[in-house]
Amino acid sequence: MPLPSAYCPNYYAIDDILATQERTPCKFLVNVPKLGVLNPSTTEKDLAIGTSLELPIWLVLEMSTGRQPIVSPELPKIYRDSYCEILQADACAVDLHKFNLYFYELGSYAKRFDRKGAVHETLLHTFRIRFRQLMDLADNSISDPSVQQRLDVLERRLFSDSYKARAKMNSWLVETGATMEAANMVVNHKKRKKT
Amino acid sequence: MVNINYIKFCNFFIFPLICLGKKGYALVKELSRCEDSIPPYNTDLVKAVSAEIKQLIDQNTEDANASTEESIGAASFLPTVRIRHAAAKRNMRCLMAYHYNRIRCLRTMRWEFGSVLPGDIKANLSLAEVEWFSKYSRMLATYMRSVGDEGINLAVDLKPPKALYIEVRCLVDYGKLELNDGSVILLKKDSRHYLPRNDCEELIRQGVFQHIV
Repeated sequence: MPLPSAYCPNYYAIDDILATQERTPCKFLVNVPKLGVLNPSTTEKDLAIGTSLELPIWLVLEMSTGRQPIVSPELPKIYRDSYCEILQADACAVDLHKFNLYFYELGSYAKRFDRKGAVHETLLHTFRIRFRQLMDLADNSISDPSVQQRLDVLERRLFSDSYKARAKMNSWLVETGATMEAANMVVNHKKRKKT
Repeated sequence: MVNINYIKFCNFFIFPLICLGKKGYALVKELSRCEDSIPPYNTDLVKAVSAEIKQLIDQNTEDANASTEESIGAASFLPTVRIRHAAAKRNMRCLMAYHYNRIRCLRTMRWEFGSVLPGDIKANLSLAEVEWFSKYSRMLATYMRSVGDEGINLAVDLKPPKALYIEVRCLVDYGKLELNDGSVILLKKDSRHYLPRNDCEELIRQGVFQHIV
């Protein structure tokens, strides 16, 4: 589905919905009656104070804000110190796809749970270092498919966009007479029919 | 096929609250897997998500009423109500995103496929979506007729013309085509034609012709 990618996720953004489904550990600060079902390890009806659970980010964001927070959230594993150290050492060598599919999106939410402010720095640093490599890959398209597998969703989109832009630029430089082509969706629809 | 099995799997394992907002997520996930096309409208899952929203709100109303009667218990139900409310809001967002993004894709399709959709795409739409498409199509046609003296087709002329006539190869057995000057030609697969540009641009867009340079 060709959706425009915006820097700020909007209400309907699919990527944002998928990214906020990722889980983060958190601890309950109050008793929550009737919602024991959230905790799969017990059969009790109520959720007791002090229970630790992994909950999706969208729920944690709702619960940890306001005057009376229900839970106190912790950082997901991949943004903790040991992982940050790996990224600081050499961000380009890391398989970000394995860290998390939505590394940057999730990070921008997770950094709210981080009191030291280190996550913010790490995210910026990681992106800055990896971006140079990304542009290099997109421009010199001796395309090695394994390279793409190490990118997270944001990087992958940047890669494909710049790759397409480069291809367009090349074709414009080589041939001036513009060929009319079938619409993108029509072409893809045909391909799917054949298989 | 994997897709459908996955959804069935999800539908099967959904219990009232354990997967708070999981169904909505499955809906959006399904959409994200299909780039450039519309997956079949998942009536079952949409209904299930709506039911979950309704259930959450009903439970909330019940608890809210219970706590107004005895004001001491009011504080203790508050977190429960807040969590349920968040889940309902989340489900609503998923539902909206599902429908909105499908419509967006449908709108692009009107520009790329033209006013008639291929049968297999049409089969994936819900009734409301088919209706929306025909309305949108009509509105667009009315607008295009109203521009200029005798109307203008905005879906063509995307690239500046170099010549009035172009050479094309026919890719499918299309049948007869009447040109603007009134002559009729028979289009067979792999036949070559030398035709006025404005007669064939739309067919090139729809993948019937291939432009030969």
